[in-house]
Amino acid sequence: MLGMNTAVSVPGFDVARAQRQRETIAALADVLPRAAILYRHEDTAPFECDALTAYRTSPMVVVLPDTEAQVAAILKVCHKMEVPVVARGAGTGLSGGATPHVTGVVLSLAKFNKMTIDPVSCTATVQCGVRNLAISEAAAPYGLYYAPDPSSQIACTIGGNVAENSGGVHCLKYGLTLHNVLRVRGFMVDGEAVEFGSLALDSPGLDLLSIVIGSEGMLAVTTEVTVKLIPKPLLARCIMASFRDIESAGAAVASVIAHGIIPAGLEMMDKAMTAAVDAFVHADYDLEAAAILLCESDGTPEEVEEEIQHMEAVLNAAGASRIEVSRDEAQRLKFWSGRKNAFPASGGISPDYMCMDSTIPRKRLAEMLRAIQQMEVKYELRCVNVFHAGDGNLHPLILFDAEDAAEMHRCELFGADILETSVRLGGTVTGEHGVGVEKLNSMCVQFSAAERAQFMGVKRAFDPLELLNPGKVIPTLHRCAEYGKMHVHRGALPFPELPRF
Amino acid sequence: MSAQDPALARLIDQVSSACEQRTPLDICGGGTKRFYGELPAGAPLDVKPLSGVTCYEPTELVVTARAGTPLRDLEAALQEHGQCLPFEPPRFAPGGTVGGMVAAGLSGPARRALGSVRDHVLGVTLLNGRAELLTFGGQVTKNVAGYDVSRLMVGSLGILGVICDVSLKVLPMSVAMATLSFEWDEARALETLCRWGAQPLPINATAWHRGLLRIRLSGARAAVAAACQRLGGERLETSAAHAWWLSVRDQSDEFFFIGEEILARGESLWRLSVPAVTAELNLSGEQFIEWGGAQRWWRTTAEPAAVRDAAARVGGHATLMKGADRSSGVFAPISPVLMRAHQGLKQAFDPARIFNPGRLYQGL
Repeated sequence: MLGMNTAVSVPGFDVARAQRQRETIAALADVLPRAAILYRHEDTAPFECDALTAYRTSPMVVVLPDTEAQVAAILKVCHKMEVPVVARGAGTGLSGGATPHVTGVVLSLAKFNKMTIDPVSCTATVQCGVRNLAISEAAAPYGLYYAPDPSSQIACTIGGNVAENSGGVHCLKYGLTLHNVLRVRGFMVDGEAVEFGSLALDSPGLDLLSIVIGSEGMLAVTTEVTVKLIPKPLLARCIMASFRDIESAGAAVASVIAHGIIPAGLEMMDKAMTAAVDAFVHADYDLEAAAILLCESDGTPEEVEEEIQHMEAVLNAAGASRIEVSRDEAQRLKFWSGRKNAFPASGGISPDYMCMDSTIPRKRLAEMLRAIQQMEVKYELRCVNVFHAGDGNLHPLILFDAEDAAEMHRCELFGADILETSVRLGGTVTGEHGVGVEKLNSMCVQFSAAERAQFMGVKRAFDPLELLNPGKVIPTLHRCAEYGKMHVHRGALPFPELPRF
Repeated sequence: MSAQDPALARLIDQVSSACEQRTPLDICGGGTKRFYGELPAGAPLDVKPLSGVTCYEPTELVVTARAGTPLRDLEAALQEHGQCLPFEPPRFAPGGTVGGMVAAGLSGPARRALGSVRDHVLGVTLLNGRAELLTFGGQVTKNVAGYDVSRLMVGSLGILGVICDVSLKVLPMSVAMATLSFEWDEARALETLCRWGAQPLPINATAWHRGLLRIRLSGARAAVAAACQRLGGERLETSAAHAWWLSVRDQSDEFFFIGEEILARGESLWRLSVPAVTAELNLSGEQFIEWGGAQRWWRTTAEPAAVRDAAARVGGHATLMKGADRSSGVFAPISPVLMRAHQGLKQAFDPARIFNPGRLYQGL
């Protein structure tokens, strides 16, 4: 999971790479100003990794275009020379989707930061480098906003959101990036301009927009996105409910849904996480509870009133030991402040943490938490848990010290165990962070060889030479074979078909 | 889904031998949408025996059904638990199946408010053109493991593979509903819908036809009551309103009826999908406008090129739903770069080109 060997030790490789680098720079210099081409190590160092910092590769060349024409020209040059291209937004991705290729070009799209809000059609047309939150800020004067709100929304870009099909805490009710994007404009690998989707609600032919969103930059390069804006709810209120044991908290989540309620957000934190974030932001969380739920309602004041009453009744019946409803916006934001700071708070209690992102059916939440508790014992590492409980998306944060090789190794096994358990419980290895390079091994567990071959077929339909972000998402047959062997060898998965609780 | 299942085993056999012999297959469910798309060709591959809701847990808001499951069986199962398919799939005749619903990808009146079929598909199991049984997506809402192949199947008209089962996100039925009616001309209706669309109102469906705008509100009791008061108009009686929206969904309203005689006169029914804010489109003929202006059904004798042009000029596209003259194609042509991606995908999923050849576009 962690630590990828990117050093290529074939004799003569460095010489060949240096030669390749010179040729690539020379060809790019015909289509770009010199200042937009970086290749010295000190200049390219910031591009060595995304937010998955354990994986680093020094890029051969980094380009910083500021027009679509330049993007097209760069792609044409790279396509002709068969140089891999890795598109990059803000570099906030958590799965190494923007990890550079050792003989490739990093296409930084940070300069594409223009946007237009159309309050009449309730859409925003934004360049790929615009930050997620900037869209909602620009739309706010019209009473509109862009719904998907990944936790990194102050920094992450819409281009990256499209690549990852990002979610957020409100996607149970408002959907993922996929549900909120109308049109993507960009370029195919050979530099030809292309548009997926349209300003209408559908387009003729196959729904290519669906396959491009979430394709982790492997099918096309996105330069401009038209997103839906929705009217800002007049009011939002949040319930904070405490539970004495995780089983009743898990059952409460199922019960809310069973009663026909679709909360605007439904989040769970376990006791260890609650303690960590409360120390970090002082959100007045109930530190005695085994788990707390945040359950939000939004809409017109009448709707919210009706729904909050209903939610309270359901949560009480599910055995909540304490319930608090936000009185005003300040208190609502305080409730959320802890949840939104879960990751930095974990950084405060451990030198390093590894964030998992699997999704399981809601009804298995408590079972999963129990399994993680046993894994803490087995791997001798602590794990704190935040869940997008409403949609079963888990973010266990495994705490470890990267300086300690043995701990790091146990952390890898711990993470793999969580992902494999999630698949066995009927879930998936990644809910919103993407596969990137981080979860390549886990893809071997979730998909058959034929399914992985079909993914590769999709990739080649768009990019026959496999130049766009190669090596991500789809593991090779060889890698999967090695992964299977490694597990049997190390004894972590002696009988993969058996339950391991 | 197991290949040991007899109905599935038979399908795998049929696809294998079609693949070996390179004989085209015409994938058939209930046969209720054979009029949609280019003409079907090939030996029939009956998916109906692959039937039944295989997994349904109301608290997960997810249902999995095999492709041949009658839509009415699926909806009855959901209804027992107060849930529904929010995208209101249309049925043009009794007997439609879940597989056909996904392959056609058509959504009903609530589409603009609640999303389309594609928005609610979470996973599929399919047979590709090499007779391999593949599963993509799953039964959870948030899932970004690999490309979103399951949603690519929606509206693909079977050209990429045989859909074997589908997992769908479902929603609780709405607590309260009301239908309001306004006697407004097209311009006023479109202009008002556009304005209301930017406000937090529980508008769930809209339809304008012959000077009458109807709006369906849906949501919490208090929200629907407040919106009724604010928007005005005349409130329709509940059961009459329900029946009327069904007639829109299933196109059993008189507007949509085009018999042989009318076809012979050169009249066609077109579906124009355009940005909702598009002002009046001055085509000859009669229209029925849904989805807040984003879906405009058009009965006209105008030349296909004129209809296509009218849609394309405003950033939309036109589909020929019913018409005698199909010589200019059913679906709007796509750009060469998109067509290359289509051809690449066809090659990737169905290299022997056995599935529904030509049903979506010539050559696919």
